[in-house]
Parts: sequence; structure tokens; C-alpha cells
Amino acid sequence: MAVDRRTHRSHVSYIDKSRNYYGAQGYPQAYQWSYNHHVPFAPLTKPLNECRVGLVTTSFFEKKVDKDAVAGSATKEPYAARCDDALGGLYNKDLFWDKDNTHTDDLDTYLPINRLREFAKQGRIGSLAERFYGVPTDYSHRRTSRRDAPQILEFAQEDELDAVILVPL
Amino acid sequence: MSLVARHLEEAGLPTVVMGSARDIVEECGVSRFVYTDFPLGNPVGKPDDVEMQTAITGMALELLERAWEPRTTVQTPFVWDADSNDDWREHFMNVDDTNREALAAAGDQRRAAQADAKAEGRNRG
Repeated sequence: MAVDRRTHRSHVSYIDKSRNYYGAQGYPQAYQWSYNHHVPFAPLTKPLNECRVGLVTTSFFEKKVDKDAVAGSATKEPYAARCDDALGGLYNKDLFWDKDNTHTDDLDTYLPINRLREFAKQGRIGSLAERFYGVPTDYSHRRTSRRDAPQILEFAQEDELDAVILVPL
Repeated sequence: MSLVARHLEEAGLPTVVMGSARDIVEECGVSRFVYTDFPLGNPVGKPDDVEMQTAITGMALELLERAWEPRTTVQTPFVWDADSNDDWREHFMNVDDTNREALAAAGDQRRAAQADAKAEGRNRG
């Protein structure tokens, strides 16, 4: 195999790309991405095959999306819904993803409800919760931290989850 | 989304993030992260590739069990395009001489539309 050498990292820096992209559109103020030195860590407290696992997505049901909303206007609220109701697919055309190179017509590419149900059937996990949760991709760290995150925690506690898989698009 | 994961961890609930925006997730800092180097949109695997989706979801489950400290990132072994894997990376949000003027014009247009919307909102009271 030929040796591959590079002057730049190979994976995309979305922080760099978006700063340049919006800068080129005349937005001089770069977005302030969240940075933390300290990271909390909670270990699993029981075997995975006894755990109820939940899922969180950044996609929404189409009827709940205000398509005329200006980015960052916070019209979306966190929600909980039945996994069965998501099987027909969710709406995410308004989100930031690579629409030129792929699509999101296959739900399990961004919300693996079917894959996790298969793992539950095999006994790898105890179960997949009946509900999944949606969280807005908000420009405001404050709204995400003070409004959305506590709401998702409350849903998770109502559903007595033991572990949570979060899948941002 | 990473901020939500951190909040759940602080409350004692273990989490794993599955994603493709490595820098955004790692700068925010999460306990467990399954990273797939794909265009944004399919962090759990390619469309209609059940085998790959199962493998990536399985890695997330394994990480829930086996990570022993925060900031544990696992990169899945999958490659989006074996022949030209840099094409999608370069294309996404690209800025160069071919589109610089168009981007500047699009920004001006969007700001004007936003200003109009704002003024309209004010008029409505």
C-alpha cells in the first residue's frame, strides 16, 4: 500500500469550513462553538442486556417545522414521540448536512430505531424505549443548556432510561 | 446535541454520541463518541446498507459498555468513497474564486430579506 502523506488533517473541520463560508457571505462575526475542558462521565450501572436505551435526534416531524422561520429564531421545541410514528421518516431538510452527496430517505442512517430493535430482539440490549426524543439544533447555547437539555433529561427519567444514544445529523 | 449529552451525563445517565462532525463534538467534549468519516447526514451508515448500520450501532453499544473515561472517541472503519474520498470533503461549503462573488451576493440578499421580515414584524406590532 502506498504511503499517504498530507499537509492537512484528512477529516473535515466543520468549524473552519462554516467560518469561512459564512465569512464569504459577509458575516464578519464567526459563530462561537461550544468548547469545554472538563467532560462529565457516567458509567453504565447494569449490564447492557438489562438496559432500556433511548434515542435522541435533531430531526423533527414535518408538521412541526416552520419553514419560513429565520435561522436561530427558536421556533422549535424539544419533543418526545413514539418510535413507531417515526418509521415513515422525519423532516430534516432545514438542517445543516451534505445534500449534494447523500440523502436521508433511510431513517436508520440517522435514527437507528430498526437496528436497535434488532439488537433488543437478539438480547444485546434490554429494550429500545417506546419513545424517542427530538432536540432543536439551536444557535443559542443558553437555550440548549437551560431549556432543551433539562427537558430531554425529564423525558429520559419519565421513560426510566438506563442509557441514551444521541445522533446529530 | 453534545450539550444535551453532557447534561445527561452530569445527571448520571450514560450517553454515546454517533456523528460525523468530529471537531464540533470533540470541542464541546462528550463522554463517548462514535465517529464515522462520512458527509453529514448519515452518521449511522450508508442508506440501505443494513450491515454497515448494524456495525456502527453495535460500536456505539460496545462503547457504552467499555469506555472507562470521558472523551473516548472511536472511529468506525468505513470509507464513503474508496476512489475519491476527498471530493465530498472539498466540495462541502467550499469557498474559492468560482463562487466568492455569488456567496457575497447571497449573503447581501439574505440580510436584506431578514431586515424586511423584521420591519414587517414591527409594523404588525
